[in-house]
Amino acid sequence: MSILTEAQAKAILDKVIAFSTADETSAQIGGGIQGNIRFARNDISTSGIVDDIELGVQVAFGKRVGTATINQFDDASLERVVRRAEDLARLAPENPEFMPAVGKQTYQATDTFSEATAALTAEARAKIAEASIAPCRDRGLIAAGFLEDGNTFFAHANSNGNFGYQRTTVADYTCTVRTEDGRGSGWVASNVKDVAAFDPAADIQIAMRKAAASAEAQALEPGKYTVILEPAAASGLISFMMNFFDARSADEGRSFLSKQGGGNKIGEQIMDPRVNIYTDPRNPVVPTMPWDGDGLPRDRVKIIDGGKVANLQYSRYWAAKQGKPETAGWGNTIMEGGTKSTAELIAGTERGILVTRTWYIRMVDPQTVLLTGLTRDGTFYIENGQLKYPVKNFRFNESPVIMLNNIEELGRSVRVEDGSIMVPPMKIRDFTFTSLSDAV
Amino acid sequence: MTLGFPVGSDRPLGKFIMDRRDFLALSTFFTGAALSPSIFGKAIAASQLQDGIEIAVKKRLADAALAAATAAGATYCDVRVGRYLRQFVITRERNVENIVNTESSGTGVRVIADGSWGFAATNALTEDAVAEAARQATAIAKANARTQTAPVQLAPTPGVGEVSWRTPISKNAMEVPIADKVDLLMSVNDAALGAGASFVNSLLFLVNEQKYFASTDGSYIDQDVHRIWAPLTVTAVDQSTGKFRSREGLSAPMGLGWEYMDGRQEDKFVLSNGLTTYGKSYDMKEDAIAAAQDAQAKLKAPSVKPGKYDLVLDPNHLGLTIHESVGHPLELDRVLGYEANYAGTSFATLDKRDAAFKYGSEIVNLFADKTQEGSLGAVGYDDEGVKTKRWDLVKDGTLVDYQTIRDQAHIVGKDASDGCCYADSWSSVQFQRMANVSLAPGKTKLSTADMIAGVDNGIYISGRGSFSIDQQRYNAQFGGTVFYEIKNGKLGPMIEDVAYQMRTPEFWGACSAICDESDYRMFGSFFDGKGQPSQISAVSHGSSTTRFDGINVINTARSLG
Repeated sequence: MSILTEAQAKAILDKVIAFSTADETSAQIGGGIQGNIRFARNDISTSGIVDDIELGVQVAFGKRVGTATINQFDDASLERVVRRAEDLARLAPENPEFMPAVGKQTYQATDTFSEATAALTAEARAKIAEASIAPCRDRGLIAAGFLEDGNTFFAHANSNGNFGYQRTTVADYTCTVRTEDGRGSGWVASNVKDVAAFDPAADIQIAMRKAAASAEAQALEPGKYTVILEPAAASGLISFMMNFFDARSADEGRSFLSKQGGGNKIGEQIMDPRVNIYTDPRNPVVPTMPWDGDGLPRDRVKIIDGGKVANLQYSRYWAAKQGKPETAGWGNTIMEGGTKSTAELIAGTERGILVTRTWYIRMVDPQTVLLTGLTRDGTFYIENGQLKYPVKNFRFNESPVIMLNNIEELGRSVRVEDGSIMVPPMKIRDFTFTSLSDAV
Repeated sequence: MTLGFPVGSDRPLGKFIMDRRDFLALSTFFTGAALSPSIFGKAIAASQLQDGIEIAVKKRLADAALAAATAAGATYCDVRVGRYLRQFVITRERNVENIVNTESSGTGVRVIADGSWGFAATNALTEDAVAEAARQATAIAKANARTQTAPVQLAPTPGVGEVSWRTPISKNAMEVPIADKVDLLMSVNDAALGAGASFVNSLLFLVNEQKYFASTDGSYIDQDVHRIWAPLTVTAVDQSTGKFRSREGLSAPMGLGWEYMDGRQEDKFVLSNGLTTYGKSYDMKEDAIAAAQDAQAKLKAPSVKPGKYDLVLDPNHLGLTIHESVGHPLELDRVLGYEANYAGTSFATLDKRDAAFKYGSEIVNLFADKTQEGSLGAVGYDDEGVKTKRWDLVKDGTLVDYQTIRDQAHIVGKDASDGCCYADSWSSVQFQRMANVSLAPGKTKLSTADMIAGVDNGIYISGRGSFSIDQQRYNAQFGGTVFYEIKNGKLGPMIEDVAYQMRTPEFWGACSAICDESDYRMFGSFFDGKGQPSQISAVSHGSSTTRFDGINVINTARSLG
């Protein structure tokens, strides 16, 4: 039931559009099966399966828009959801920024699906939990972790004849390992499209090593340090920054990408020339849907090119208003890097601090994208190319824009977070730590 | 179009309809305000928002699940039949960007079998479907029992029979016509634009949770829970300098009805410099005008000189500090390690309670309360049928207790749950969530004006700003919405770029004065995030204006060169 075929999805969407009396109608249907298993204190704590499909319908009478969703698919329900959307549209005032639905588009499918991930069973999930817990039990360490996997489909259509359908899988694993006395903590994460690329038995060793090695942390004075940010640590700041590439906010003067005196910073050098960031739905490591939320086809777009701002994200309304070409919203972020692993970056570092991950990151000042947050689960002092000793966690106050002007070296870019971003490990000088934390 | 098409297309692990990121995209001005994912349910027409599922139908569904679970071998079962309604009216400047009604209904069944928990949920409101969910939950429990090292121990709670409870509201916000809501927000935006705002966003976010709980303990509890939130953000831009500043509204989300929007005079708290904050009702238009003036003033306000200051913290600011540095570390599941992989653990370990750990100065009394009228966390019974109550967490500065639920109470030697179990949907499994945690007002008469008069070198802070705290709740950094210098007992000019850094026990140890009960107000959040998969919870934190001595303040201004 939960995975509709392309034909099944299209049949439902066609019916919805046929029921509508509005000037235009867009509909989408998506859902599938999400499995999860959670463990803590070396025991499985919860596990479950969520099985659901939702249908969303948006209609417009002139510039009045209404939206409704439902998860029943008999004809009466389909007609009811259309009428509800129509009722809401009639209650809404005209939106002067209304944009008509896109016309018929051509999409090039992207490789977002893996049979192996789709075939994950409750037993397989339990085995993954056990592969994490058992070695920790044996070594007197305590594991807490979570695995969630999704096998989903998504289809959309509109009254202009546009249609798209694609399936997606993902498995996301995180595990925190702590020493029994609570003085050491390590962490590992893996996000994959295909579970064949996932090896929890190897991953857990990383978290266990970091937990054991971080137990005797020494306090260093806060200040500016050379740091090696592992990809997960760097992406915390970079993915946060990527939320602020909206052209309208920049043009309105309320973004770090606004230009003094008016306009935006497209074409300006704002980072080290080694920084190259782009989006590409067909990237084989972080593939994403071939369309955006409006149904526009996605393509490769340069965002930062040689440290210069190459493009900003334009909504359809803002593109039309500013006389810019209509381009799809970005679905992933790829930051290019070099060839070295994190270990190789450490080996080439005379003095510095290795940061496993960054945590509780919040915007302090949108004017400069100044962010604050903390290091967590494995912070080590590096001397002469070696991890010398664990250090207490720090709070940082740093802007990713400033950070990307202070690059010493970039390593090999890898898939992190929710699978929509690739970031390299990076060696950064003058990274600003403002206080110490006693947290482990 | 933003709302219509976020259905998980890029994030197969997101909630199918909408998560917090979509909500941010939708409203654009919540930077930092929200804590975790939200759920949008099925959208329905306004006229249908006032109905509910008939109580007899809910009881039949519940009985079907209880019977099926028991027959399948469960030793305990609870059933939650829920209907969750939300309404959003979203505006910027002179446009209404979206109007959305959502509904989600279904049944969640939780059982204990062979000493383990199992859970299953269905959106089909038929006796067959809920019975099947009960059997699935029992099968999952039995499967989990195979590797479980210790059986679940449930603290007893009495069956209460058939009872009901409703948030004490005087006007159901869902029943107010859409046109009135649009008119209000348009008048708010017009007022802000007229008072110097370059941009303004305003929003109404209304919640009604219709929850029916039944358990094998013999309880059938019908509850009708209402919440309201009316946030606004004003931005001022000076293109010649390239500077921009925003000022959030000073309202709080509340467990109230439309009467919260009345802006009654007796609910206003006015400082000598005119800054107005709000208690049990909110004057949104007045605050929008002040926000526009403040945003303009922020563009020119001097930058703070870093150093040690005595802080005078408004309740609408201090609430978030209480949330992060008291509410979270005193959640027993965090203390025990159940949240180690996500939200984290806690510095406030059990040995500290046993050793009478000094959490703060002698005047610090922090209490949990699920009964406080007008609060977001107020309910008659929690989501495992436990009658709610008030209890002490920190008494005269000493750590005395935690927040717990039925299956963890025995670990701290309690014979009953504290009644703080919550699930954010019928389809989510209930677990320990933060109660309203509040700072008791000072016992001797003290006004904000008198408190400020005693400060030589300080800063007054109102509203929330950026907030960040470590995974054991030691080291935190908080900004705010507006900051005023205090010099020699007088409120001075507005200042900018203020954030204070603190270590939890030292911060509460530096608490030197608390205004009296007449100054008591609540802060709130709709988006307390916890658990994997992540769930949200709404919670309030009350306090009076409070003074903290010698707190480290940093300057957050930077230059991008």
